[in-house]
Amino acid sequence: MRRFLVARLGWAIPVILAILIVNFLIIHIVPGDPIQALIGDFPAPPGYADQVRHEFGLDRPVLTQLGLYLLNLAKGQLGFSFANRQPVLGLTIERAQFTLLLMLPALAAAALLGIVMALAAAPRAGSLYDSGLTALSLVGFSLPIFWLGQLLVIVFAIKLHLLPAQGMFSLRTRLTGWAYILDVGWHLILPMFAVTIYYVAIVARVARASVLDALSQDFVLTAKAKGLSRRHVLWRHVLPNALIPVVTVIGYNFGYSLTGAILVETVFAWPGLGNLFITSIGNRDYPLLQGIFLLTAIAVVIANVATDLIYAALDPRVRAAGFRHA
Amino acid sequence: MWRRFLAYRAGVLAAAYVLLLVLVVLATPFLPGPDPRQISDEVMQAPSLAHLLGTDELGRDVLSGIIHGIEVSLTVGFAAALAATIIGVVIGAAAGYYGGALDLLVMRIAEIFQVVPSFILAAVIVALSGPGLTRVVTVIALLAWPQVARLMRGEVMRIKGLEFVDAVRCLGVREPVILATEVVPNALAPVLAAGTLIVAQAILLEAALSFLGLSSADLVSWGRMLNSGQRFLYNAWWLSVFPGSAIFLTVLAFNLLGDAIGVALNPRTEA
Repeated sequence: MRRFLVARLGWAIPVILAILIVNFLIIHIVPGDPIQALIGDFPAPPGYADQVRHEFGLDRPVLTQLGLYLLNLAKGQLGFSFANRQPVLGLTIERAQFTLLLMLPALAAAALLGIVMALAAAPRAGSLYDSGLTALSLVGFSLPIFWLGQLLVIVFAIKLHLLPAQGMFSLRTRLTGWAYILDVGWHLILPMFAVTIYYVAIVARVARASVLDALSQDFVLTAKAKGLSRRHVLWRHVLPNALIPVVTVIGYNFGYSLTGAILVETVFAWPGLGNLFITSIGNRDYPLLQGIFLLTAIAVVIANVATDLIYAALDPRVRAAGFRHA
Repeated sequence: MWRRFLAYRAGVLAAAYVLLLVLVVLATPFLPGPDPRQISDEVMQAPSLAHLLGTDELGRDVLSGIIHGIEVSLTVGFAAALAATIIGVVIGAAAGYYGGALDLLVMRIAEIFQVVPSFILAAVIVALSGPGLTRVVTVIALLAWPQVARLMRGEVMRIKGLEFVDAVRCLGVREPVILATEVVPNALAPVLAAGTLIVAQAILLEAALSFLGLSSADLVSWGRMLNSGQRFLYNAWWLSVFPGSAIFLTVLAFNLLGDAIGVALNPRTEA
């Protein structure tokens, strides 16, 4: 297990370094002037732009800037947001909490639902229920998540007045304690539902294929031949083997969910990382954009490594090979 | 092969739908009806006989916008998928055939591309470098090629070990020629299916970028229409319901088509 861990870290570190450099370069390659965006159309005295540029260190050679950037990162400083006048790290972490509050329950629900649906469908491959599930997951997979969100708002918030349309809490009252938690949960229902539908489709699609694959293996035949009950075969023999691709998909999507949040948070005005990202694009807030990109990319890498470790824990064959990728 | 494809009825339906879209795009200049950019006094009208799918906040006809929006979606979808497939096939084939350091390097780069959160990257690049269809297509193609490259690499590695390749080699054919004329054509089947799925992804990604307001405001596109739909959710449901349905149906069609092609070209699966 330790050798496996070392191998995976040996993969993760160069990837993170590459991301750091891409992250730094991208903002310097594309056109557009952050200082001009910061000052805006306000009639600034001559020389003011240069002064601001100097303050932020943007007048130095690109390589020096890269060096300083890496040095600051090593010290744990992600920079200072021009537009918000706040350190990037604190701001992103604060907003990431709201995104996780939305994404974690949604992903967990999607994982559970998707696996259960696939376990019910796969042994009856070709049946009406199975075809229905396949069709449904294709539909869920093709739905633009932002449009799904809009439809939910139109139906449940605007036409039926059942649930709040936008935001994370009621603005008219100042709630505390349990009332506040209930209020947030109330606002959470619609956006969470949108995210869950999307991920259920993905999980069910993958899980169905892997359950079908496991069902056709010899050990299942052996287990059946031993006279084990259908349920026992399904839960104790098929499921553990079928889980591996499912874990991969969920793990990868955990990392990506931080990005997927951009669209959902825009529709529901949820104050998470995605929302912050969109405002900082409008502000051309380079340090903040870099910070969000970096944090999400690192989260994806960590989720990948964690997925591989779970994978190895589930499957001794992976541990022995030391590497999942061919 | 055709029989298997035809047996997959949903795939046939999807192909017919895509064909219809292409025909509509070709016929768009000759169609009657208002210009989708034409501003009028009839603002925010609910669907009626005069405006079947209603009008938006500037009095523009929604149906006309949806019809003219097909062009952007299909252009981005096909162009990005084609570019990604070509890049992926060339790189994947070279890596799979020659192996060694080249293979290692290519696979590492592909892995980094797969780890980078592609939507954030696409949004940053488009937002900072300015909108424009070519940029959107380039970004999507750059993010999607690793999928094809991995698939191609695997197929090429499998095929280069087959006997007929050795037979051709014994005839004295040079290696690059073997790769181009013998190995690659035999490896293209799964790539075709993956390329079709990339069309769906590209249409979805373009719609998402436009929805966030990152595409050019001069272009009539479905994502753009959903952007105004978002601002007027409370008073004009038709601004989001109809353009969104167009995106959904088109993406669904390409996903179905990709699945059907995969089934038809893979002799090991049953239709």
